[in-house]
Amino acid sequence: MSSNALSHLRICDLTGQLAGAGATKILAAFGAQVIRVEDPVARGLWDILRSIGPFVDERRGVNLGGGFNNHNVEKLGITLNLRTERGQDLFRKLISVSDVVTENFAAGVLARRGFSYEQLKAIKRDIVYVSNCGFGQVGPYKEFKSWGPVAQAICGLTFSAGLPDLPPAGWGYSYMDHGGAYFMAVAILAAIFHRNRTGEGQWVDLSCTEAGATLTGPAILDYTVNGRPQRREGMPHSNRSQYGEMVPHGIYPARGEDRWVAIACRDDDDWRALCNALQEPWASHPDYATLAGRRAAEDEIDRRLAEWTREREAGSVAALLRMDQIPAAAVRRPDERIDGDPSTRAWGLWPVVKHSEIGEVRVEGLPLHLSQTDWEMERGAPCLGEHNERVYGEILGLSRAEMDELAAEGTI
Amino acid sequence: MSAEQVEPQGALTGLRVVELTSEPASFAGKLLADMGAEVIVVEPPAGSILRARPPFLGDVMGRERSLVWWHYNTSKLGVTLDLDLHEDRQRFRTLVESADVLIEAEPPRRLARLDLDYPHLRERKPDLVMVSITPFGRNDPQSEQASTDLTVLAAGGPVWSCGYDDHSLPPIRGWGNQGYNIASLYAVMGALIAILVRDERGIGQHVDVSMHAAANVTTEQATYTWLLVQQIVQRQTGRHAEAQRSLPTQALCSDGRWVNTGVPPRVRKEFVAVHDWLRELGLLEEFTDSVLLELGMERERLDLSKLGDDVEVQAIFAAGREAMMLIASKLPSYEFFQGAHARGMPVAIIYSPEEVFEDSHFRARGFQTPVEHPELGQTFLYPGAPIRFEGSPWRIRARAPLLGEHNEVVFGRRVGS
Repeated sequence: MSSNALSHLRICDLTGQLAGAGATKILAAFGAQVIRVEDPVARGLWDILRSIGPFVDERRGVNLGGGFNNHNVEKLGITLNLRTERGQDLFRKLISVSDVVTENFAAGVLARRGFSYEQLKAIKRDIVYVSNCGFGQVGPYKEFKSWGPVAQAICGLTFSAGLPDLPPAGWGYSYMDHGGAYFMAVAILAAIFHRNRTGEGQWVDLSCTEAGATLTGPAILDYTVNGRPQRREGMPHSNRSQYGEMVPHGIYPARGEDRWVAIACRDDDDWRALCNALQEPWASHPDYATLAGRRAAEDEIDRRLAEWTREREAGSVAALLRMDQIPAAAVRRPDERIDGDPSTRAWGLWPVVKHSEIGEVRVEGLPLHLSQTDWEMERGAPCLGEHNERVYGEILGLSRAEMDELAAEGTI
Repeated sequence: MSAEQVEPQGALTGLRVVELTSEPASFAGKLLADMGAEVIVVEPPAGSILRARPPFLGDVMGRERSLVWWHYNTSKLGVTLDLDLHEDRQRFRTLVESADVLIEAEPPRRLARLDLDYPHLRERKPDLVMVSITPFGRNDPQSEQASTDLTVLAAGGPVWSCGYDDHSLPPIRGWGNQGYNIASLYAVMGALIAILVRDERGIGQHVDVSMHAAANVTTEQATYTWLLVQQIVQRQTGRHAEAQRSLPTQALCSDGRWVNTGVPPRVRKEFVAVHDWLRELGLLEEFTDSVLLELGMERERLDLSKLGDDVEVQAIFAAGREAMMLIASKLPSYEFFQGAHARGMPVAIIYSPEEVFEDSHFRARGFQTPVEHPELGQTFLYPGAPIRFEGSPWRIRARAPLLGEHNEVVFGRRVGS
């Protein structure tokens, strides 16, 4: 059973990678009919994730990329050569029966193929067109290409993650590809709400770097209002609380190799509870009873606390402190939070989907549940052109002979 | 016709949202409000916890001075209610009945104790869409335990992947309460999906958002590498955590700023471009691996699927990276950034938040957004639209509300009391 929440929505989807495909994955899981349109000449490899690992076995190929499968569950996939006139005709047909067109090519690519927003609108008056690229479709850098690590570096997120006097630690993955996908999903849904209410479609120009720059809002206001830049002595120090509102607040060593535990004292009550749990004479220093006192001694408190945690298991420190309502958590490895964590399993966060070539395989689910119309994930990502018959035949009404001819001439 | 009437409306105009103030959900409320929804943020009489968060205007504490409150509550109306009082609970119920969506992030049992949980509210308003953000989901007892952004990101996976090559240094939590931000983004998606369903079928529902689950599915290949091949990625300085070590990607430019050298050359024209750039800068002699670059120039494309086992592919790929690192070290960061993009290669200056705010591209796109604070007689610049809706503009309609600023307008005129 697939979800029926968005079953009335059809998305003509030219996205790829994570920043784009991750958005339409969410809508597909809620039942939107997402039709991936891929280039038969390049064998769909504009989306490089199609053919890169991890792979479940020794087989390789454009249908077997593990990340691609994860980001494209529940979608349909067709091939269509937009360089040809017949290909463009078919594309126009598909747009005319779609609600949304999505893409995350470099700026201007789709327009140069003859499908600018104005042209899309001429085909389908109320079409919602969401483009998503690193720097957006207008502005001095519109021609600049981007990918996750570039987007998050430009927008301030890489700089702000790290310790003082060291190079930026940044994000150890394409956080802004996730972020771009989330904003893109929001953009599609909001534009559909607007269309349903007003009858008007629109173009949405999403720029991952711009979206990312809204995720450090208080730092920007501290600059524009107080004139205090984040690039300054002693910054960043991102394991600490953002502006000293919580002390102690950090990631401390635990027993074992590369084991760590995060602890945050939100207020003086948390600190008193921590003192009781620690049973250490140093912690009862009267100056430490107030936030101001703890801030003045933050280095010393961090050092002493680390000495205490170092002797103990991360999980038991966290459990002990959480019993007293002090925020604490072991830094969990992938194996621990996926296979070793009853709560992610109970949530249904790792569903098994069936992929036509890979077979049964686990993927990432979604972190929200709707009580009446929840998401479902059963089908893996589409193989290249897997749903040509269904889409060209059932949706666009082409005959078998027409499809054979289009395939033979390389249009689909 | 007044200017108000001709101004295009936001995408979510017509949607009414009640938000119980909280750190995890405030970004959700802001997104909805700046996209045109009427968002009424409900605070306790003493004020939201966000009002106590530094930094403050002029570094002077005060309940109307928190820049965190300012940022996360733009375009909202603000009311105060003491939900421990019977009368205010009545007002809250009436307010929720007048709305389409309720967003909250209370500990699950608190609203049940007040008879304000979903089953109670639904009785009076069957088509209500209620969105709850909790640390581990509403049915997980751990959601009653204390948590912060730090513990969410530590337990949920992001922290494991971030940090330095030197593992004697702790892994890193990225700045900006991103654990709350991503939960808020999912809360907005959930609210909008449920509203589209309501508009079509007339049914309401409860949306359960888990911050822990949201962090878990926001770690890119750390998760699917484990799901598929049971390997554990290891953090590295300023680049992707990987199961196998990769080459450094960050370089220190001549002006003291770091850059990310992006995707190194992979196809012939890129090798040619880097080779030419080295020559233009007079660096060909200094660059010891130019022979490898020339090998790259002889191939149509470097087959990156062979990066794991073909030593020649490895060496050519590494030489391309090294060439970019050398060029970066010789140039001021902006020159490197522009020069690389002019040659078709995506690289980035590692900007601080205020530097991206001042960058010419973002200024040209209108990212700097003036917001008037009439009670201060001042206008400040805020970060602008995360999403540019060409037909229904994103807009900050007003600065964050003063404490109880809209009590009268909301309880007096709009819903009655």
